[in-house]
Amino acid sequence: MTTTTQSQVCVVIGASHAGINLAFALRREGWEGNIILYDIDKEFPYHRPPLSKAYLTSEEGTEQSLLFPKENYDDENITLKLGISVKSINRNDKSINLSDNTVQSYDKLVIATGARPFIPPIKGIETAQNLFPMRTAEDAANIRKAFNASTKKRVIVIGGGYIGLETAASLKKLGAQVVVLEREERILARVTAPIMSEFFTELHQSNAVEILTSKNVISIETKNDINSVICDDNSTYEADLIVVGVGIKVNTELAQEADLVIENGIKVDATARTNDEHIYAIGDCSYHYNPHYKTNVRLESVQNAVDQAKTAAKAICGQENVVYDTIPWFWSDQFDVKLQMVGLSNGYNDIVTRKEETKNSFSTWYFRDEELLAVDAVNFAKAYMLGTRFIKSGQLINKTKLSDTTIPFKPNSFI
Amino acid sequence: MAKITFITSNNETIIAEGTSGSVMELAVKNKVKGIDGDCGGVCSCATCHVHVNEEFWSAVGKPSELESDMLEFDDNVSEYSRLSCQLKVEEVPDGLILKVAK
Repeated sequence: MTTTTQSQVCVVIGASHAGINLAFALRREGWEGNIILYDIDKEFPYHRPPLSKAYLTSEEGTEQSLLFPKENYDDENITLKLGISVKSINRNDKSINLSDNTVQSYDKLVIATGARPFIPPIKGIETAQNLFPMRTAEDAANIRKAFNASTKKRVIVIGGGYIGLETAASLKKLGAQVVVLEREERILARVTAPIMSEFFTELHQSNAVEILTSKNVISIETKNDINSVICDDNSTYEADLIVVGVGIKVNTELAQEADLVIENGIKVDATARTNDEHIYAIGDCSYHYNPHYKTNVRLESVQNAVDQAKTAAKAICGQENVVYDTIPWFWSDQFDVKLQMVGLSNGYNDIVTRKEETKNSFSTWYFRDEELLAVDAVNFAKAYMLGTRFIKSGQLINKTKLSDTTIPFKPNSFI
Repeated sequence: MAKITFITSNNETIIAEGTSGSVMELAVKNKVKGIDGDCGGVCSCATCHVHVNEEFWSAVGKPSELESDMLEFDDNVSEYSRLSCQLKVEEVPDGLILKVAK
């Protein structure tokens, strides 16, 4: 690197997993100038995954799960401006307009605006009592508070995705009556194979969570703080608390208004740079190329937020030959089950399921012909780790041996 | 209060003191290169892999089943491998020496 960054300013919009990891990675990579992050969320930056899990079932606040300790921000001279939103990006004079009517100029700008919960246009949803999405610490705190205040503790979760199912499991542990209403014919339909949907349906049912599919919620009627959730098959469910987990909307508005290229998310290159050479976009809001799968993707995950942040930091500090090239991974915890996923299963045409001798341990291997695309491992981290290794190396696998549980689970067993 | 020495892959030594939380959190706080703890400490990402100095191995103890499953197929696993998110500062021996895995 020949130029000095000492007098430069890197401004980051969004102070969650992507933005915060970018800030600390910038310091590691040698950025000497100012780093200023803005976020509308007033909470000190925290890990989001625990919100639907440990956070809900404890009395603790987010101070137990900060992304980095407070003193590290001082040590690294990273400035957090919380509770302030960005109104617009002015690419011509490289500045942003803020909700407190000030203007901040930048040399490099990073958009890490993520996504917000999609609230479906259901009749009566705006007047429903104790209806919350699950995305921020405030959402989780609201759910916890409404739950504790309720006597009957009847919970309806709209949407059988990971967020909805994790929240259902956590509230069940606290003694709720929980019904999950899923519009599709099976839960987790968008993200996993039918065998995984069946497993999680049984897991929830055996823990007395009701999972109802093909339930399209069309209206919510609220009287005396009690909600009646009505589906298009005329079934009605009463709820003291409603959690909405039907997906997200990507926060691309600022980028769009600044005429950055939008394509499913904010379009970026291999270094996470947008079509403006001074502006980068990382995390949930970025639409990027994945070299391994040779396709453009937009990923909603901690791994993508953190790894893309690290890549962008290198590029911003002037390193050459920087390429964002990772195998995506995800996880979910529900009841006593740990699900670990690696890879992208999109386009699979064959599945191998391997059930281990151990109770409740199995793995689902997704193939496109002979190519291993992804692995879902249930209570079986070995499959997750070995799957990661096989996907990375492009190892061809003997599917017959893989499905044979009399063959020990070792790398050489399946080659 | 435990005093822990971290040796990074480029042989930098960082001595950190802590009273609570996980060893991974202590390492992140002290900017130990190579310990990221991306998943927040739930044994999901293996980005906090350390090798326990042999003389402390029996005092630190073996990993749980989940943790050892995470480690078994890691390229840099050794017989003294642990994930530092699973080590509690108040339970590890004072003076512990950990080598950060590559």
